[in-house]
Amino acid sequence: MIPTLEIERESARLDAERENQREHWDGSAADGRVYRPGELDLSHKVILYLDDITVSFDGFRALNKLSLTIDAGELRCIIGPNGAGKTTMMDVITGKTRPDSGTAFFGQTIDLTRLTEPEIAHAGIGRKFQKPTIFEHHSAFENLELAMKADKRVRRTLFASLLDDERDRVAEVLRQIRLDQAADRPAGLLSHGQKQWLEIGMLLMQEPRLLLLDEPVAGMTDDETERTAELFVSLAGKHSLVVVEHDMAFVEALGGKVTVLCEGSVLAEGDLATVQADPRVIEVYLGR
Amino acid sequence: MRTPFTLRLFQSMPRGGWIALAIFAVVAWIGVPVAHLALPESHPLHVSAYTVSLLGKILCYMVVAVAMDLIWGYAGILSLGHGLFFALGGYAFGMYLMRQIGRDGSYGADIPDFMVFLDWKELPWYWAGSDSLLWALFLVVALPGLVAFVFGWFAFRSRIKGVYFSIITQALTYAAMLLFFRNETGFGGNNGFTDFKRILGYDITSPGMRVTLFALSAALLIACLVLGRYLVTSRFGRVLAAIRDAESRVMFIGYNPLHYKLFMWTLSAMLCGLAGALYVPQVGIINPSEMSPANSIEIAVWVAVGGRGTLVGAVLGAGIVNLAKSVFTVYLPEYWPFVLGFLFIVVTLYLPDGVVGLWRKLRARRAAAALDDASAAAGAGRAAAIGGTPAEAPVTERQAARSATDTPIAKGANA
Repeated sequence: MIPTLEIERESARLDAERENQREHWDGSAADGRVYRPGELDLSHKVILYLDDITVSFDGFRALNKLSLTIDAGELRCIIGPNGAGKTTMMDVITGKTRPDSGTAFFGQTIDLTRLTEPEIAHAGIGRKFQKPTIFEHHSAFENLELAMKADKRVRRTLFASLLDDERDRVAEVLRQIRLDQAADRPAGLLSHGQKQWLEIGMLLMQEPRLLLLDEPVAGMTDDETERTAELFVSLAGKHSLVVVEHDMAFVEALGGKVTVLCEGSVLAEGDLATVQADPRVIEVYLGR
Repeated sequence: MRTPFTLRLFQSMPRGGWIALAIFAVVAWIGVPVAHLALPESHPLHVSAYTVSLLGKILCYMVVAVAMDLIWGYAGILSLGHGLFFALGGYAFGMYLMRQIGRDGSYGADIPDFMVFLDWKELPWYWAGSDSLLWALFLVVALPGLVAFVFGWFAFRSRIKGVYFSIITQALTYAAMLLFFRNETGFGGNNGFTDFKRILGYDITSPGMRVTLFALSAALLIACLVLGRYLVTSRFGRVLAAIRDAESRVMFIGYNPLHYKLFMWTLSAMLCGLAGALYVPQVGIINPSEMSPANSIEIAVWVAVGGRGTLVGAVLGAGIVNLAKSVFTVYLPEYWPFVLGFLFIVVTLYLPDGVVGLWRKLRARRAAAALDDASAAAGAGRAAAIGGTPAEAPVTERQAARSATDTPIAKGANA
């Protein structure tokens, strides 16, 4: 009997330790962590690993042995000429495209190449498309309501009704994206910039750990762009952000690390000034 | 606090919708039965047996139209094979009706006449239990549901969309029709089932049974409308419409479109099965021509004419087209296909939102005109007062009124 008890006590202690580690996810890997499916493990302080990823379309290599890591809480900008593979990279991360080879991990344990798009969304990755993609026939409020983090299975949505705190949460994000005046208007009637903001708002409602933003300020006024930069900077730390953008002023305003993609792999990485001074980057941007 | 389910069911339809349903229920459950059973034939308000059966048939079509609209109008999936589910429900109930004939068939045998004709000695295994009404009612729902579920699972999982999906549904119903045409399939070949005698032992041709079937059809339509209205105003319905408008966005916010489409698709097929089961005893026959592609296309035409994306539009469309069909097939039967085709072209080109869309547009125009008058009057008054140009505020109000009606699925008005 005693050995069994011993084992039970030991496993209880381990459980408590694990619980403790999960709350403070800076525990070291040497502690021997237990793999928990579906749970984001940030013990190495890295939220996204892309390793040696290759994707080809009819012989054209959209991604060519791309390797990239994003730290937890980081705000990373990805720049690069057209066709560098920026959007394909996002497709791989969100499960839309399966890589021909290579691995993509979310945290230490979640293999993104094995999950479907909705599963990846549930794991904690939110994505904003290049072209604003919102539900045009739904009001701004309803767009946010649908995006809200919740049980998204059919049998739940059939009987779901909005709780007061959920309503408050939607209202809060509406204020944050400055659409509280337009909450009940069909989203299709919003301006281009407002649609971009609405989509960002939908991302926030999802409460993702990692946000992928594909040209979030395209079509925005300077004022809107500035406010977007402020918003992103305030999100970094709590969330990790990957921003694909062409607008260098915006990239500068974000102030994070910059990765330059070219022909499907990483060309240079560092802060914006270093990258801009890199002769290879200049060559790519100015032509040979 | 969570709103109770019953309250939300009640709130899902505006008051006008409930009143309209109540009026309809009174007419269908009291008015028509009284007019048919109690009033003498010479009475001007007497409703003839022909009319009761015709209206009962159209009610079944309306149910099919609502089912079609739920999947086409709200989920954006155009099925050109809904006639199959309707016919499967009809056949499932037809089996029961055939067994109720008992030994009163031409051959006086224990098995249906067509089996005697094929020289079969006993019922095939899949006819087991067909003499039970409960089993028949189960099959009416389960059979179309199962076919739809299996088909839908493979089609939606493979992400087959748009016109490709429509074509496959068309092929599905065509294949089923060919299967049912074969005598060996065991469903009466091209003659199908007919010469029904009884339901639960009661004479199927009696006025009482006729009125009962009619009232049941009306009840089914009401139930479908309430259910449909609840679905489309629930969060489920909003996800469904979101899938129609931007499926990839729905996936990336964490909904699995497969489950949503599959649920709506299967439910839609089940509703069609119920409609088919009520249709067969009222028209007295079911044969494989119900599965012909043309029939399924016609269902889509009803919904398009009425206005897809609004439940009331589906009901109106089914009513208008079928009443027109009844008139035409009496006076100019050979021209009906041309009329139907013409109708479809006109609706597609000029009335993308159908009759309901037209009505809304006219109403919005009248509202805008009224606002114009009001603003002109107000503007003139103000201009006279301050000697300047008319104020701009009414103009923006008018634009708002217009833009609100520009979206096909304006909220609240589609009951």
